[in-house]
Amino acid sequence: MDSAALFLSRIQFAFTISFHIIFPAFSIGLAAWLTVLEALHLRTGRSAYRVLFDFWLKIFGVAFGMGVVSGIVMAFQLGMNWSVLSRMSGPIQGPLLSYETFTAFMLEATFFGVLIFGRPRVPPWFYLFSTAMVALGTTFSAFWIMVNNSWMQAPVGYVVEKGIFVPNDWTAINFSPVVWVRFPHMLLAAYLTGAFCVAATGAWYLLRGRFMAEAKIMLRMGLCLAALLMPIQLFIGHLAGDYVHDRQPEKFAAIEGRWHDEQPASEVLVAIPDEASASNKYAISIPVLGSLIGSMSFDSKEVGLTSFPRQDWPPVLIPFFTFRIMVGCGLIMLALAFIGSYLSLTRRIGRYRLFLWATFLSFPLPFIATWTGWFTAEVGRQPWAVYGLLRTADAMTPLLTAEAAVISLVIFAIVYTFIFSFGIFYIYRLMRTGLVRPMVTPASAAVPNRPLSLAGEDARLLAEAGE
Amino acid sequence: MVTYWVSLLAISILLYVLLDGFDLGIGILFGLTRNEARRHAMWGAVAPIWDGNETWLVVTAVILWGAFPAVYAMLMSAFYLPLVVMLSALILRGVAFEFRYKAERMRWIWDFSFFGGSLVATFVQGMTVGALVEGLPITSGQYTGGDFGWFSPFAVLCGVGLCFGYTLLGACWLIRKCDGVVKAAAYRQVPYLSIGLLVFLIAVFSFALAENLQIMHRWIERPYLLFFPAIAALAAIVLAISVERHRDGLPFYMVALIFLSAFGTLAISFWPYMIPYVITVEEAAAPHSSLAFMFWGEGLFVYPLMLIYTVISYRVFRGKVRATPMH
Ligand code: HDD
Ligand code: HEM
Ligand code: HEM
Repeated sequence: MDSAALFLSRIQFAFTISFHIIFPAFSIGLAAWLTVLEALHLRTGRSAYRVLFDFWLKIFGVAFGMGVVSGIVMAFQLGMNWSVLSRMSGPIQGPLLSYETFTAFMLEATFFGVLIFGRPRVPPWFYLFSTAMVALGTTFSAFWIMVNNSWMQAPVGYVVEKGIFVPNDWTAINFSPVVWVRFPHMLLAAYLTGAFCVAATGAWYLLRGRFMAEAKIMLRMGLCLAALLMPIQLFIGHLAGDYVHDRQPEKFAAIEGRWHDEQPASEVLVAIPDEASASNKYAISIPVLGSLIGSMSFDSKEVGLTSFPRQDWPPVLIPFFTFRIMVGCGLIMLALAFIGSYLSLTRRIGRYRLFLWATFLSFPLPFIATWTGWFTAEVGRQPWAVYGLLRTADAMTPLLTAEAAVISLVIFAIVYTFIFSFGIFYIYRLMRTGLVRPMVTPASAAVPNRPLSLAGEDARLLAEAGE
Repeated sequence: MVTYWVSLLAISILLYVLLDGFDLGIGILFGLTRNEARRHAMWGAVAPIWDGNETWLVVTAVILWGAFPAVYAMLMSAFYLPLVVMLSALILRGVAFEFRYKAERMRWIWDFSFFGGSLVATFVQGMTVGALVEGLPITSGQYTGGDFGWFSPFAVLCGVGLCFGYTLLGACWLIRKCDGVVKAAAYRQVPYLSIGLLVFLIAVFSFALAENLQIMHRWIERPYLLFFPAIAALAAIVLAISVERHRDGLPFYMVALIFLSAFGTLAISFWPYMIPYVITVEEAAAPHSSLAFMFWGEGLFVYPLMLIYTVISYRVFRGKVRATPMH
């Protein structure tokens, strides 16, 4: 086995999945928000909801498209680079991913077509139904992926036979307590992502004095939803920490930056961990808090990394920092959501430009939190691919050459950079063009080749672009 | 149980080839015209359904992984570089659907990526099938061919052949879905494409005879395999007549029938092997507990549902693309 190929495969996996996760994180939340908007529009008949729907649908389209194509890569890559893993754990991971494809992807793909092209062809209730089905599909997708990944984090319900993991208890696998902490954590992360993107867009329009009425709806709905979800997310995040504490003590020690056993344990707030000397530099820590967080007691003994064999240590630096960044992002989002909901419920939100700027600039936070959360979980799991059972180094395709791995990494890097730049640019342009109220454009200006629902906006876009 | 999953796998591959086949084929045809009105109509004929079509590829991959993990692991790692190329091609052509109408001056990029991506993806698919037929270098359950072990003139020939095949399928779909100039052009293209496909089939056949491929023995051993070529020949005749008489609905089904019989020939001549002459279906199958878990949920209930979704989306977007097509 080639260690350069191993390194490159890890980089490639991390790169492609980090790219992929941006889009699901965004589109799971957005699909749910679109469903709410369409339902509100059907119930109240207020055109603002329809205007918002049409606007976000276009952005959803671009993000969803990129999510789909980057996901297809994921489905192949596990076999391409990690063929030992996919052969050994195939009897467990394969069926889980096939459930994801069967229950989620087909649903999404079919009704996504209806969503984008079908408005003039189907009755309103069916259109709403299609929106809901896309949202449901994205949720199923997240569920199965989390079951799958949670099995790798905390394997249950299997026996080892002739070198492969044979499932013997699917209930244990699907209803593992780890899944039921991590799935809600991921789902809430996606909803928060959606909520903050919507709120930030609202703030941006308010700052520029455009589409005031709709912008306020976006701000209020986005921030109030975030204010509701954020505390739940903190609580579930804590439960996630509990599972790590109980089942992956090395990862927990790395996250905490704890090198030696302590009783009672302190909590390191910030520091620069140094693996060579197994100690922290410039540490600021609080006595006893570590025991409290780890075991809810004042005098529990918490394990440090030096109690584990050296070859089982995860890298410390990455999980240590990424965890703090995630929690930091969470706390900022919590503050923004609370202040913002208060201001917007008391109808004063338009007056505080500084706050609007802060909200506008906050849109990267949920993405950063999602990434860093995954980095904590995945890098902290190293050196295992399947925790405690199969090392990453042994999971790789045995005959994969470094040349092949370089070629694939370079190709993916180029292709992804290319489509990502354009995708972001088109989303930016859609945002800049903004909402389109139906009465703004005379019907005669509509370009004939677009579905009715999008025609008005496109005419404007074309006019602006001077086509 | 194993039989059930092999059948679902076969159906999924076939659906993928037929559905994404016509939409990749239209991508190739798209590159052959500069006329914006025609391009527009071609676009309208596939845009609402391409995502569902391509999902059958993912369905195929995950059934393979779940039900036949050893084969999944072996094929994915053996075809490492071709898969990287195919996936990149599918990415570039997939985003084109979302990007083309958002672009202004840069539209040519997405036109090109739609065409180029379709062509490259098709070629790679044909090539991998060719390499499989010819036999991969595998020793004691491990692929040992190196980075380019799949490469051979025969595989390249199959890649070119599939480009003709998919394009023909695409042209017939355009005949079904479009009117006017687009349909007329497609009617003109069909004869050339069919002849191309025919030449290719003859080439493959003579190549196989010359190389004495193992698969030829199979055909001699199992004469009933000739049933499939007979169906294909019949379909080809009906195809010719229906093109002659301009029966818009028929050609697509006839070409589909030709594909079906080619697929059937291959499948039955491989049987009971999954990777020809290396791993049999039984050997490749996942443990019973995995197959049963898949069977009782997705196999029995969700798979039929997926077929229903597919029917729904084709029903919603049925009929001819209007002269002012949609996006
Ligand atoms: C199907 C399971 C699965 C899922 C849902 C994820 N991962 Fe993962 N991840 C793996 C399965 C995996 C893996 C195949 O098991 C890797 C490759 C090598 C390894 O040790 O684990 C891995 C490695 C890996 C690494 C490299 C760690 C290292 O080598 O040091 C990073 C940074 C991520 N992943 C990040 C993510 C992100 C951002 C995800 C969110 C979408 C994610 N993973 C979801
Ligand atoms: C190894 C891990 C993963 C694999 C193999 C994978 C596979 C895929 C595939 C094949 C698609 C395209 C589906 C289609 O054809 O329509 C896709 C899309 C999607 N994936 Fe993933 N995925 C992975 C990780 C994740 C994670 C971690 C999440 C979220 C929690 C996620 C959520 C989604 C969603 C919601 C979509 C729909 C497209 C979108 O919303 O942008 N996936 N994935
Ligand atoms: C502030 C309190 C939070 C705490 C205590 C917390 C805790 C954790 C822990 C311990 C993990 C690692 C789980 C593992 O190793 O498997 C994790 C993962 C993760 N976190 Fe957080 N988190 C918090 C906030 C957030 C926020 C605000 C977001 C996003 C908006 C987020 C998104 C994620 C994601 C996507 C993962 C990876 C998926 C997973 O392992 O469940 N977290 N979190």
